[in-house]
Amino acid sequence: MTRLRRKGIQFATHVGALTPMGLLLFDWYQNDLTANPIQAVTLRTGKTALVLLTITLAITPLNTLFGFKQLISMRKWLGLYTACYVAVHFFIFIGLDYGFDFGLLKDALLEKRFALVGLAAGLLLLPLAITSTRGWQRRLGKNWKRLHRFIYLGAFLATVHYTWLVKSDIRVPLIYMAIVVLLLILRIPQVRTLASRFQQIVSKRMAHFRVRRDGQRRTSVLESSD
Amino acid sequence: MVKIRSSEITPEHVFLSRREFLKSTGLLASGSLLLAACGGVSVPASSTTEDEMQPEASGAVDELGDSANSYVDITNFNNFYEFTTDKTAVVDLVGNFRTSPWQVEVGGLVHNPKVYDIDDLLGFVQEERVYRLRCVEGWSMVIPWNGFPLARLLEDVEPMADAKYVRFETLYDPDQMPGQKSPWYVWPYVEGLRLDEAMHKLTLMATGLYGKTLPAQNGAPIRLVVPWKYGFKSIKSIVKIDLVSEQPTSLWMAAAPNEYGFYANVNPEVPHPRWSQATERRIGELGRRQTLLFNGYADEVAPLYPDMSPSLFF
Repeated sequence: MTRLRRKGIQFATHVGALTPMGLLLFDWYQNDLTANPIQAVTLRTGKTALVLLTITLAITPLNTLFGFKQLISMRKWLGLYTACYVAVHFFIFIGLDYGFDFGLLKDALLEKRFALVGLAAGLLLLPLAITSTRGWQRRLGKNWKRLHRFIYLGAFLATVHYTWLVKSDIRVPLIYMAIVVLLLILRIPQVRTLASRFQQIVSKRMAHFRVRRDGQRRTSVLESSD
Repeated sequence: MVKIRSSEITPEHVFLSRREFLKSTGLLASGSLLLAACGGVSVPASSTTEDEMQPEASGAVDELGDSANSYVDITNFNNFYEFTTDKTAVVDLVGNFRTSPWQVEVGGLVHNPKVYDIDDLLGFVQEERVYRLRCVEGWSMVIPWNGFPLARLLEDVEPMADAKYVRFETLYDPDQMPGQKSPWYVWPYVEGLRLDEAMHKLTLMATGLYGKTLPAQNGAPIRLVVPWKYGFKSIKSIVKIDLVSEQPTSLWMAAAPNEYGFYANVNPEVPHPRWSQATERRIGELGRRQTLLFNGYADEVAPLYPDMSPSLFF
């Protein structure tokens, strides 16, 4: 059962992370990327990267709060998928949109704070993707964990990037920012201790409930066979 | 099928107003206006009906030699926040938008305030103008509009001496325009021009595009087109025009005063915090183009701004 569940989670992760790219390629093939396709693909890859980054960041707190241990194994994959979308997003911007015109890109970076902070977020995530292997984990030892804490800053900057990017109505970007900030707060040691205590209470209750329910079921089975 | 240039196609409103003409032959004044509207426009030889007409293949070009964007692109990629902020979804929300009956109230500091029926406005001599439209978001299109110079309308109401600005207002009807339920913006949409800008020969009141009645997503039944300013200045679905003495505050000036000024003249030298103003993407093209000062209309409009201070471009 648990093996089946693990396989299911793996399957859902890969399918879920690849679907946005599949849809993008499908729409491209169908010539259905709006009158401004470059803008459409830039926004869509960026949005997917942000969603995946938020989910990646949510896994540890979800485990602390609700004991979803099975998810932990997918964290690395989600992080790598995030990095893939970030890379595609980045190359669409500099290559497709700006045609690798570095003069224009320099101006864009200096004039537009959203671009600068987006680049910073991307650069912070790059070493994390590179060092995601077991080999690097071993080589870096204690520093690996320290290095990978950069995801916190990267995720926050990604939401700033989004907020500065939209025209006027920043409600949706602020929702993303609030979620990311909440996920970061849940990592503060004191909060985390509280959260795991909460999880223990919940799991105890759940176990109690399960025992009672199973007990009732058993008695009802006995009664009916009577 | 033989290709028909859009300039050879009788615009729908002219075609419709001809019927109106037959109804009102007794009215000499409007009759002569409508006759003028028919002048120079030949009746298409083809029997193609309005609905079958494929206006994509128009062959219209702007004065710089760039081809007009397709009818499909122009009518499926619209910034019209009264419906939605999603440019590709506006077209799906305009189905029930009523553009008739429609009235435009022209008043304020004028000697001859008037309420115009949309049919009165379609009675002004209509002409085709192929203009570049430069959106502040860094994309542009070439659009063959039909309409008449705003100056004609303003002359008709006779502005008073102390009228310095023109203030425009879009219809406010959240039942028809769901985007107006958003509390984020101060509705209705308001825009403004200096009186000399409004009287300029390039400033157009558009009632159609590609020779067809203006589609709702493009600002039906009547909108402003000011080709040397960023697109948001060209207010849509106008119901009210006032001549005023003080500079009006537009919706965008109220929403983000640090980003959108009153003039908003296209200028590649004045950067915007989000979009490239030095370059633009022409819809339908892969690369970027250099953005032109005053969107390429500098020869015509630079004399409006003898003092070229940066605030005029903001």
